[in-house]
Amino acid sequence: MKSIRILPFIIHLCITVILIIVLNRQWGNVPPVGKFLSPQHGFWQNADAVDKDFSEDLKFDGIQDKGSVYFDDRLVPHIFVTKESDAYFIQGYLHAKYRLWQMEFQVLAAAGRISEIIGRKALNYDKEKRRLGMVFGAEQSLSEIEKDSITKSQCDAYTAGVNAYIENLKESELPIEYKLLNYVPERWTNLKTALFLKYMCFELAGNEDDFEYTNAKTAFGIKDFEKMYPYFQDSLDPVVPKGTIFPPPAIALKPPPSTDSMYLGRTDSLGGGHARPDKDNGSNNWAVSGKKTKSGAPILCNDPHLGLNLPSLWYEMQITTPEFNAYGVSFPGSPGIIIGFNDSCAFGFTNAMRDVRDYYEIQFKDESMQEYWFHGEWKKATFRYEKIRIKGEPDLIDTVAYTIFGPVMYDKKFTGSRRTSGNYYAVRWKAHDPSNELMLFNRLDHAKSYDDYYSAIQWLHTPGQNCVFATKSGDIAIWSQGEFPAKWRRQGDFIMPGTDSAYMWQGTTPQPENPHLINPERGFVSSANQFPADPAYYPYYMGGSYPAYRGWLINKFLNQWTNITPKDMMTLQTENENAFAEMAKPVVMRNIDLTTLSEEEKKLYDILDAWDMRDDPESKGATLFDILWEEFTKLVWDDELGQTKLPTVYPHESTLLEGILRDSTFKFLDNINTPEKETLRDLMTIAFKKAAARCKTLNADGRLLWAKYKATRINHLARLAPFSRMDLPIGGGTNCINAAKSDHGPSWRMIVELGPVTEAYGVYPGGQSGNPGSPYYDSFVDTWVVGKYYLLWVMNKDDVNDKRVKWTMSFSK
Amino acid sequence: MLKYFVAIVLTALLSLVAGLYLPWWSIAVTAFLVSVIIPQKPLYAFFSGFIGVFLLWEILAWWRDTRNDGILSQKIAQVLPLGGSTLLLILITSLIGAIVAGFAALAASYLRKPE
Repeated sequence: MKSIRILPFIIHLCITVILIIVLNRQWGNVPPVGKFLSPQHGFWQNADAVDKDFSEDLKFDGIQDKGSVYFDDRLVPHIFVTKESDAYFIQGYLHAKYRLWQMEFQVLAAAGRISEIIGRKALNYDKEKRRLGMVFGAEQSLSEIEKDSITKSQCDAYTAGVNAYIENLKESELPIEYKLLNYVPERWTNLKTALFLKYMCFELAGNEDDFEYTNAKTAFGIKDFEKMYPYFQDSLDPVVPKGTIFPPPAIALKPPPSTDSMYLGRTDSLGGGHARPDKDNGSNNWAVSGKKTKSGAPILCNDPHLGLNLPSLWYEMQITTPEFNAYGVSFPGSPGIIIGFNDSCAFGFTNAMRDVRDYYEIQFKDESMQEYWFHGEWKKATFRYEKIRIKGEPDLIDTVAYTIFGPVMYDKKFTGSRRTSGNYYAVRWKAHDPSNELMLFNRLDHAKSYDDYYSAIQWLHTPGQNCVFATKSGDIAIWSQGEFPAKWRRQGDFIMPGTDSAYMWQGTTPQPENPHLINPERGFVSSANQFPADPAYYPYYMGGSYPAYRGWLINKFLNQWTNITPKDMMTLQTENENAFAEMAKPVVMRNIDLTTLSEEEKKLYDILDAWDMRDDPESKGATLFDILWEEFTKLVWDDELGQTKLPTVYPHESTLLEGILRDSTFKFLDNINTPEKETLRDLMTIAFKKAAARCKTLNADGRLLWAKYKATRINHLARLAPFSRMDLPIGGGTNCINAAKSDHGPSWRMIVELGPVTEAYGVYPGGQSGNPGSPYYDSFVDTWVVGKYYLLWVMNKDDVNDKRVKWTMSFSK
Repeated sequence: MLKYFVAIVLTALLSLVAGLYLPWWSIAVTAFLVSVIIPQKPLYAFFSGFIGVFLLWEILAWWRDTRNDGILSQKIAQVLPLGGSTLLLILITSLIGAIVAGFAALAASYLRKPE
């Protein structure tokens, strides 16, 4: 016994234990070092072998019969089942296996639960999502989804599949983001699928400038407001061509008699600047009929423009059941194929851009928010208690009052931007209304004809979409579809009084009156987020934000082209012609005063002069033009917008361009802060000199080339730079069909020729695996950058022994 | 010397097996046990545990990295931040495990006097 030296034993044991505790704990942003670095537990386990074998035999109670999954060399799964519900179980399992962290993170973001992972710094973000009623909206959706036995069983099977993966997940197999941020996944639920759909609603039906517009109207008066922010532009080429006659509206709208005093003439001072989706969350889609194609078969194309992220929003797959055979991209988080094609038809979407989110100012009796004045009486508010969990801190309860309009989103208890001093603003958002959009995708996956498509899109309420469609039998169609509030002119563009029922939405545009085009004479249908119909003739107000130029370009090409092949469509989807520059360059060049330019500036002027108005990656003129217009915009508007300290937004670029094209003495050119009267020539010359100075610096840094300047990147969802792809050499931009901006752009390019044998191509800027340690994480990115496509393999049951099958996963009971 | 060598190999092997079923810090338990079973002077015991786990983690990390073509290690060596050096990342990985195991073995060495 005397050989035991108790004191050194205890000391060194303590050191060991303390070391373990320290290395097993997260310190700020540093993950638990021991756990994270351990080759048998930590990140090394996520370093997949490049020749990893993905084949497996799996047994689950949730499988009704059996299923097989064949992966091709791009890791695209081709699912074959004998019972349809097994397809959704397997889809859930695969989504979880390859994209679990992303699925859950997006849902936590939708539900305002990011503080649980990263702590207090996400609190305002979370509060804004709660107060917008994201969970409330998802609950409304869920009850609709579960009321219908088809979508209920679809969701149940999907959820069971996700959970089958989560339940069998070992610590070492956790996606790397869980290891870095030190948390573990929860079980999936049907509510989470509904929350995911609300996440897309936020992205696609969440755009509004109501506070900023209200501030602008207050600062400039309604007359100037109408000039700066006109309802529509001249350059429009709507989805439904100009000249179309619309029947008189079924709903007779009555603007409230008090609008001049209570609404348009009212002055408010509102805080502003809130988290909002990208204004260009738009897309391109089109379908051409067989008479315009070389093969005689219709071709359908779609490229939805969304935030570019890794792991990608999309997961490519084929689902074959006894009822249907669909190929396309799916949303990890939701069952079904979202954009794609089946044996009979193809379908795709662009955003309809309608403003379906409005605000009402609520008059509460007192700060308890128990009662509010509405339609001549005190009405009782209801309350929702939002419990926000914060990492490392006690929970926080945010009490949200609900009115007849919806939740009171902004009040003085709100700590984010748009906080108010004492006013209360309730949000009326279409995404709160009960709807079951899952059924839309379910029905489209099964669709065989135009009639099936037409009944499928009846399920689409929010977010409103331009739904493009084509069949093998030769039909092409587009519906600007959704449940849109029927609004009087300017209704909801500003904050509305919440005391008067006359300001409420008075009804919904009857679905048959939504703009649409079926087998038109011109042989094609298209949309690119432009106005769905000519506002001068369409009987309902289409408040929203509609970029004009991409749609104009697409129609220009499609009108000219005949004998179109899928290869032509690839050229079109990746077209870098800048339509805005085409219209703006002449007036810009005319108004630069050459006599005042230095030698160096003249050289840059020559570059701009010689520019072919294409946003190609190597173009210097594209960079120069972009910066010049940005400087010009600031020179024109900053004096006006500077009159108010409150947040406003820049008028649309088309407003400025059309203003100076129409009238060289455009009212807003004059700088109101100087005694002299500035002319278009003065401003354009100054703007050019400013741009030249910036370009000189850029040139010195080697960043004058368009792609270098634009620096398109695909961010990791948690903004981890090493997991992102930076500085991609891709051309295009906002006003090109190839709308690849800095972190936003074509998220899935698809071309489908519906001949006797479908010939389809596609590519998305990501990869099938969500694991940054897998070669399949970003394997499609470089193909996407150079504008190339993959031939999509629609596998048949008999192709099991085909060389293209690399791995097989079998599912059974 | 043979004892020293056996202790290193045993630490590595036991840690490898334990790591399949137990948390990462099971390396401390195995190093501790080996040090109890094979009594050595404290310094020798420390280095038995240290080198045993150092080698194990070095080989495991290197093996996974090689099969992965270094895709992930390059990214993690920027997240952490180690200037993108995979070699440094593997070295730090091994050192972290080695120190924990070394101290555990050292503590245990005071329980029995080497003959």
